[in-house]
Amino acid sequence: MAFELENASDRENLRRVAIDPVSRVEGHGKVTLLLDEAGHIREARLHIVEFRGFEVFIQGRPYWEVPVMVQRLCGICPVSHHLAAAKALDRVVGAVPVTATADKLRRLMHYGQILQSHALHFFHLSSPDLLFGFDSEVARRNIVGVAEAYPEVARQGVLIRKFGQEAIRATAGKRIHGTGAVPGGVNRHLDRADRDALLAEADTIVAWSLAAVELVRRLHEANRALYENFGTVPSGLLSLVRADGAMDLYDGHLRLRDAQGVILADHIPDQDYLQLLTEEVKPWSYMKFPYVTHLGPEAGWYKVGPLARVQNCAFIPSPLAEAERQAFLAAQPGGVSHAPLVTHWARMIEMLHAAEVIRALLPDPDLVAGERMVEGSRSGQGVGIIEAPRGTLIHHYQVGEDDLVSWCNLIVSTTHNNQAMNSAIRAVARDYLDGQTLTEGLLNHIEVAIRAFDPCLSCATHALGQMPLAVELVDVAGELLDRRVRG
Amino acid sequence: MTSLVVLAVGNDARGDDALGPLLMARLDALDPPGVARVLDFQLQVEHALDLDGVALALFVDAHCRQAAPVALAPIQAEPTTGASHALSPAQVLGVGRRIGRAMPEAWLMSLAGADFSLGQGLSPVGQASLEAGWRCLQALLANPTGEAWRALAQGLGELAGVVDTLGS
Repeated sequence: MAFELENASDRENLRRVAIDPVSRVEGHGKVTLLLDEAGHIREARLHIVEFRGFEVFIQGRPYWEVPVMVQRLCGICPVSHHLAAAKALDRVVGAVPVTATADKLRRLMHYGQILQSHALHFFHLSSPDLLFGFDSEVARRNIVGVAEAYPEVARQGVLIRKFGQEAIRATAGKRIHGTGAVPGGVNRHLDRADRDALLAEADTIVAWSLAAVELVRRLHEANRALYENFGTVPSGLLSLVRADGAMDLYDGHLRLRDAQGVILADHIPDQDYLQLLTEEVKPWSYMKFPYVTHLGPEAGWYKVGPLARVQNCAFIPSPLAEAERQAFLAAQPGGVSHAPLVTHWARMIEMLHAAEVIRALLPDPDLVAGERMVEGSRSGQGVGIIEAPRGTLIHHYQVGEDDLVSWCNLIVSTTHNNQAMNSAIRAVARDYLDGQTLTEGLLNHIEVAIRAFDPCLSCATHALGQMPLAVELVDVAGELLDRRVRG
Repeated sequence: MTSLVVLAVGNDARGDDALGPLLMARLDALDPPGVARVLDFQLQVEHALDLDGVALALFVDAHCRQAAPVALAPIQAEPTTGASHALSPAQVLGVGRRIGRAMPEAWLMSLAGADFSLGQGLSPVGQASLEAGWRCLQALLANPTGEAWRALAQGLGELAGVVDTLGS
């Protein structure tokens, strides 16, 4: 299925449907479907056009500016770029390892980012009919029925998100454009008043996060067949894990499992990522398609993100989240889930883990005192890998003796998931759209599959006035037959 | 109680998307009393908390499909959609209502932009919008009441109509 609907053979005789952009405010994504005269799907492609120009934006800049400026690449996960850049440039200044204080402050910042990002999904679970958008009344009724048992979800989602952002502000120095992490360490300690304020709320945040996992588990149980089959395509799973195999979203080595859960590669140092991965260019997409080199492009594509991480690690090193992970694993038929909608469940488990990590970190005296910086022998390059909310994020820089960045390579989570998202929409197109009259409700299924991966299309601008969702049906002669707009 | 909050939105590394941050920088330098200021890349659910208990709110953002350099309009609460990455100002108000917070009278000042490319500075269109927006903001701050803002919005609308007529 992964490549089955990628290239139609007789394109000139097919009808073209474009979903452009994929959603109202999430940047420039477009789905094109080619249909034959009988309405059968012959080709389905997701095009994401935003990941151009990153390298040009960074090359030629002094290396010490990079952790601050890369936050401008993405308004959704600026902290992830900030920390991935700082980790890469630690190598350049010879700060390996950084001090305990720097490591813990960065972890607090990062888990704050994970918490606030995942909390947004929790908020949207309070309106699951909007999140899932199906025109199936049965699915809608089941989901809404569960959500009504959790009337406080919206408020808690907002407040969990606010808590995560306070952790970021307290460690990064500012609400946005933070400067907390620098090559070689951090530039501030945690203020004791900020620590105490966060600690005062930490138990509540953990309790709400635990309830969030329960909610998403019940949503899953309310429509198990939908969750487990919608857009499902087996693939490899890639993420960082700690040396002992534990989930670690800030640092570790790369681990790859195959679709059945067998470990294919492990203990790959972050500096050696290029020995594991190749980025393929396809003529119809601006975004590259990474794959595991020794497996080749057809067998070597993989997923990153919560669904991969929860199943790739040996255990989660926080008790409540690990208990929920065990329940999650026990519920997956066949042992390993590749279902995009199950990502929502994995994401809430990670939110709980982030809440537990923050609560455990806050009393640590290293956060408020201790050496912040270290330096060593200068190197000409460095790689920083972090597990951003949406998946593995790789920053790779080469720095000249003039201190300027001479080359860089960034692989964001959306790029890692490019093939997975394309495969998911092809599965949805085959299972739900093939041979059907294309209604807006059916086309919305495509968006649902994409949103489960939560691609960071918002690396684009978000300015007011961008086009609403427009679906155009064009015949083989290029004449517009129908147009629907949702805004 | 804070009488007015200004929420400016945008990415200062993406061409005319910097209009919100640049206008906020001018406001920071002015530092008017009684005016809370919030700057972010984009609007999200937690910004509803910044509006809680405020009398008047002004959102400032770049607009990629607007002819007039500056436009001013009142906004009403709207429900959120399934989109997870950014909210409109009206949706922020909707979130506030949904979680039981008192939402203020709110206005949107949108500034016309033309180029939103990564690493670009303001375009000529954006530069003109910044100056027009700054004049508009100073006028709003001089009389921060809904009634005064309605009169100003009407004047801006009439001016835009005249410009459209001249342009055609």
